[in-house]
Amino acid sequence: MDIHEYQAKELLREFGVNTPRGGIAYSPEQAVYRCSELSGERWVVKAQIHSGARGKAGGVRICSTEEEVSDAAAWMLGRKLVTHQTGPQGKLVSRLYIEEATNISQELYLAFVMDRKEERVVVVASSQGGMEIEEISDKEPDSIIRSVVDPAVGMQAFQAREIAFSLGLDPSLINQAAKTITGCYRLMEENDANMVEINPLVVTDANEIVALDGKLSFDDNALFRHAKISELRDKSQEDPRETYAGDRGLNYIGLEGEIGCIVNGAGLAMATLDMIKQSGGEPANFLDVGGGASPERVLMSFKAVLNDKNVEAILVNIFAGINRCDWIAEGVIRAVKELELKIPLVVRLSGTNVEEGRKLIADSGLNITTAETLAEAADLVVGAWKLARDA
Amino acid sequence: MSIIIDKDSRVLVTGLTGRIGSFHAEEMREYGTNVVGGVTPGKGGTTHNGLPVFNTVKGAVAETEADLVIAFVPPPFAADSIMEAADAGIKTCVCIADGIPAQDMIRVKRYMRRYKSEKRMRLIGPNCAGIITPGQAFAGLMPPHIYLPGRVGIIGRSGTLGYEAASQMKEKGIGVSSSIGIGGDPINGSSFRDILELFENDEGTDAVVMVGEIGGPQEAEAAAYIRDHMKKPVAAYIAGLSAPKGRTMGHAGAIVSAFGESAQEKVEILGDAGVTIVPTPSAFGPVVEKMLKAA
Repeated sequence: MDIHEYQAKELLREFGVNTPRGGIAYSPEQAVYRCSELSGERWVVKAQIHSGARGKAGGVRICSTEEEVSDAAAWMLGRKLVTHQTGPQGKLVSRLYIEEATNISQELYLAFVMDRKEERVVVVASSQGGMEIEEISDKEPDSIIRSVVDPAVGMQAFQAREIAFSLGLDPSLINQAAKTITGCYRLMEENDANMVEINPLVVTDANEIVALDGKLSFDDNALFRHAKISELRDKSQEDPRETYAGDRGLNYIGLEGEIGCIVNGAGLAMATLDMIKQSGGEPANFLDVGGGASPERVLMSFKAVLNDKNVEAILVNIFAGINRCDWIAEGVIRAVKELELKIPLVVRLSGTNVEEGRKLIADSGLNITTAETLAEAADLVVGAWKLARDA
Repeated sequence: MSIIIDKDSRVLVTGLTGRIGSFHAEEMREYGTNVVGGVTPGKGGTTHNGLPVFNTVKGAVAETEADLVIAFVPPPFAADSIMEAADAGIKTCVCIADGIPAQDMIRVKRYMRRYKSEKRMRLIGPNCAGIITPGQAFAGLMPPHIYLPGRVGIIGRSGTLGYEAASQMKEKGIGVSSSIGIGGDPINGSSFRDILELFENDEGTDAVVMVGEIGGPQEAEAAAYIRDHMKKPVAAYIAGLSAPKGRTMGHAGAIVSAFGESAQEKVEILGDAGVTIVPTPSAFGPVVEKMLKAA
């Protein structure tokens, strides 16, 4: 789960990391009011969306008059910002963060990630902040510092100092930098974050170390033990199709195509999308219906898939282990009847109780195409979709 | 011959008295698996479906000489259960739970290092469908009848996609020596490389099928091992050719976040290492058949 920058900064401050002073605004008037609260001569208006690279999309503006702040706020609020991380549909700006402007003398990069090779938390830092890490590793690979944290004892002060010295910081800044680095690690560990990224972490002209941006991402599987973090979820930043499915306990990811998919198992679901592409179609979604799926759950899956108005055909692909093909068939039949399904539907069943499942579908008298194999199913659904589209 | 599990494995089920543990323990026994008991803290001394229940894994090992644990414990408590098995001297632990926090798995992997490598427990999973040696025994959730006993090993991150491979092979009359689900989590127990090594050294295995997917470094590690150390032929399928970058595709570990983690790149790396690529998920049968004939 991702959270907004202003929420991330609040958490960072709790763990001893300096951030610029700022406040949240929901309207241009509030934005101007925040400026008067902050006083000073320059402010930064920052669109709060779950994405990086907001600056390039116009979501970060430095202003020197209240009028500029008001204009920037009016421009951003209600707008969908498109970045390379949001997808073409963009993300809606409904909150702004107004900050005092910072005079920067140096920009650094600092991140904490779960490294799958090390199977530990790894700190990644660079003296070349401000650009994205991909760009840093491309242009300034030698500037990247990595440090692995032993989970048995957590991050040690010496490691933080080593990183700080490797960044080439002035000796007077080392303690402050070490405090920032260990603070981020504690934040990550205590809250089950998957990632903490501060880009840029800056040295100000007043010789202070300040987190100018903050990106935190949390482990969905650990939210059960972090009620306070769970409350930071902002559904307006999610794909509404995914929110609908997710709220009903379905594992769904919205894609751009026309063929809706209902599959059991994440790997088989991915493979099914690959097969649809191979057969000349484009999948509309990824959906793993899970193990032991009841007829109700299958019906729910149809609702989630059809919630996407682009869907023009549906493929159900089940290889039942703990699932039962007869239950799946029951769910499919109920869905076709209750939802008055008009678009082509192809069902492929295999595994536990397959004969019973196939019989239920054959006896239903409904217009459901069945397939024996995955390849056949993919060909049939793409063929039926093309036929329906051209009709 | 087989790897990790056979008819002599003494299987202990943690979470035996729960609905899921109870159901699958019965399926496993019906297939011939030697299930020796279960563990549910607080229910020690009772029996469940005729099996003795113990309070602790250590207690169960002392009484039953169990050497393989299958954990049907919910995700919030699964890490604890794996560490308990490791501490009790269990040889292999299969963990089914889908949804263990990543930091819990980091702690588990660190904890397991306190034992010398020859005494260290082998962890399979989590977030996997389990392991089977067809015709002998299984510990997991798979429908065992789709596996024909034979001489090809299967290793997969995905359960159902592993079923797909096994049943396509059965269609062609190709049997399986053992099938090992390593699970779909970003931080897991045994890797492709670990299991490939076991198959390479197993006299009952002639060839191996890998079922991989997007995300993580383990397919690339496997490719290096195959290139440098394996004599037996290997075929591989990688799911997720059409997966968008930066999205988690169902499995917590199925996300492309670094160079070399996309399906295209993995296919290329494996192909360069001499692995036979299964181009689509419906080609397991014919590709494996052809590979075996050429060997």
